[in-house]
Amino acid sequence: MNVFAELTLAGLANGMIYALIAIGFIIIYKATDVINFAQGPLLLLGAYLGYAFLSLGLPVWLGIGLALGVAALVGVAIARFALRPLIGEPVISMIMATVALSSILHALIQGIWGVRPRNFPLNVDRPVVIGVAAVSLVALGWFFRRSREGLAMRAVADDQQAAMSVGVSLPRTLSIAWALASAAAALGGILLAGLVGVSQDITAIGLRVFPVVILGGLDSIVGAVIGGALIGLVEAYAGGYVGMGVQTLVPYALLLVVLMVRPYGLFGKRRMERV
Amino acid sequence: MRSGNFYTSYAANMALFRTPLERWRMGFFAVAVIVFPFVATSYGLSLANQIAIATVGAIGLNILVGYTGQISLGQGAFMAVGAYSSGLATIEWGLPFWLSIPLASLFTAAVGVFFGLPSLRLKGLYLAIATLAAQQIVEWIVTHWTGLTGGTEALVVPAPRLFGARMNTDFRFYWFAVLAASGTALFAANLFRSRVGRAFLAIRDQDIAAEASGVNLFRYKLTAFAVSSFFVGMSGALIAHYRTIVTWERFTLEVSILYLAMVIVGGLGSIVGSFLGASVITLLPALIATSGRALQTSFPAVAEILPAVQEGVFGLVVLLVLILEPRGLAKLWSNVKTYFRLWPFSY
Repeated sequence: MNVFAELTLAGLANGMIYALIAIGFIIIYKATDVINFAQGPLLLLGAYLGYAFLSLGLPVWLGIGLALGVAALVGVAIARFALRPLIGEPVISMIMATVALSSILHALIQGIWGVRPRNFPLNVDRPVVIGVAAVSLVALGWFFRRSREGLAMRAVADDQQAAMSVGVSLPRTLSIAWALASAAAALGGILLAGLVGVSQDITAIGLRVFPVVILGGLDSIVGAVIGGALIGLVEAYAGGYVGMGVQTLVPYALLLVVLMVRPYGLFGKRRMERV
Repeated sequence: MRSGNFYTSYAANMALFRTPLERWRMGFFAVAVIVFPFVATSYGLSLANQIAIATVGAIGLNILVGYTGQISLGQGAFMAVGAYSSGLATIEWGLPFWLSIPLASLFTAAVGVFFGLPSLRLKGLYLAIATLAAQQIVEWIVTHWTGLTGGTEALVVPAPRLFGARMNTDFRFYWFAVLAASGTALFAANLFRSRVGRAFLAIRDQDIAAEASGVNLFRYKLTAFAVSSFFVGMSGALIAHYRTIVTWERFTLEVSILYLAMVIVGGLGSIVGSFLGASVITLLPALIATSGRALQTSFPAVAEILPAVQEGVFGLVVLLVLILEPRGLAKLWSNVKTYFRLWPFSY
C-alpha cells in the first residue's frame, strides 16, 4: 500500500473516532449549552472499562456492551449530582464544573487502574473502526431525528422554556444527553484503545473535538462527521508529509481561520450574534 | 443601629476604602504581610511567593473573565510569553530584571491584543475555543522555535541582581512578589472606579446595551485584553526570574485551567477573591503533599496515589464551591462581614 493510501486510511479512522466524540460533545452542547471539558477523561474511562470487561474473558459484544452501559450510568450520575444543581448559573460556572469533573474522573481512573499503559485485549483494524463508528453515527442520527427522546432533546435545545411548557422534563433530558454523550465517548475510547492500546495519552484526544465541532458547525451531526473526517485527514497528511509535530498545530490554525471567516462552521445554523 | 452603608456623597461611594473598619483590616493585613517573612520557615516563604505571583496572574485573568466577561483559556500561553520574553531580554540584551519584567509585560499585552482580535466577532463558547487555539499555537511555537527558546530544553535565566546582590532567594524575592501583587491589586481596584473599568463591567453585563450607551466595544474589549495580558505576562515574568529556569511545562493548558479555577473559586469580578482563590489553589496541593509525606512513613503506598489525590481534591473543591457558593470565596467573606456587622443582633 502506498503512503498516500495508508495516510488516508489512518486519517479516516481517526477522523471517524473524532466524529463520534464530537457527537457526544454536540449532544451536551445542544441540550444544555455546556462546553464539556470532561470528554477526554470519559474517553479514557471507556477505554479502561472496555479493557476491564474484555480482560475477564467475556464475549466481545457483551464486554463492550457492559462498558458502554457503565459509562452511560456514569454520565447519568454526572448529570444528576454535578450539573443539575447548576441549571440557571452562568455558562462559565457550568464549564468549570465539567473541568472539575474531568479532574475527579481522571483521579478516580488513576486510583483504580494506575498510570501504567496496558495492552488492549482486542486488536481492531482501521476499516473495522471506520465501519463501527459509521454505524453508531447513523444510529445516533436516527435517534435524534425519529425517536421521542431525541425529539425532546431537540426541543430543549431550541428553547428550554417552550419545551418545558409542553411537558418535556428538563432533568430527564439532561440525564439522557449525558448518558448518550458518555456512551459515545466510551465507544470512541474503546476504538482508540483497540488501535493504540490503553494509556493516559487518550485523554488528550478529548481536546481534538474543538476543531472538529467548530469546523462542522456546532449543531449539525453531518457537520461533525465531515469535520471529523477532514481534521483526521489533515492531521494524517501533515504528520506524514511535513512532520515536526505540525499535526498538533494544523487543526488549531484551521480552527482560527474558520472562526474568522465562517464562525457557524460548514453546516451549522447561521445564528451568530454580531457585536 | 447601623443596618447598611449610607453614603451622602459620590466621593464616599467611590472611595477605595468605604468604611473605617475596612481601612483597619487592610492595615492589619499589611502589617501581617510585612512581619510574615521574619517569622516564616523557608517553605512557608516559598509558598507565599507562589501565592503572590499567582495573585498577579489571577487578578489579570479576573479583569478579563470576571469583569469583562470574556472567557479565556489562553492564560498559560500569555504567561509563557511573559516568562520567555523577560528571560530572553535578560539573556540576549543583558537587561536587569526590574527593566525586563515591565518590558515583557508590555510585550505580552501586545500579544494579548492580537489574540483578543477574535473577541470582536466571537462570544462565549466560540471565544473560549479561539483562546484555546491561541494556547495550542503559542505552546507549539515555544517548543519548536528551538533557536530562540531552547525548545523543550529549559531556558536558564541569570539570577536577578540588584546592586550586585542576588535577589532570587525566597526572603529577598518576597518583597518584589508582594510589591507586584499589591501594585496589581491597587491598580485593578482603581481601574474599576474609573471610566474604563465601568465600560468593562457594562460589556460584561450587556454588550449591546453598552454599545448603545456609547461604549466603543472594539476599543474596550481590546483594552481589556491588553490590561489583562499585561498582568498575566508580569506573573509569567516573575516566575521566570524567581525560578531562574523557564520550561514550557509550566505554561500548558492545565495552567490556564488552574488559573480559571482560582478565579472561579475566589469569585468572579472580585480582587479579594482573586487573592483568596490564588491562595487556596496554591496551598491545597502543598497541604496534601505535606500530609501525604507525613503518612508515607506508616503507609508507603501513599506516595503512588498522591498525584491522583491532589487532582481529585482539586476537582472536588472546585465543584463544591460551584454548587454551594457559585459566587466564590469572596461572597463567603462578605457574608462573614455582614454577619458580624450586626452581631449579635442579626435578623
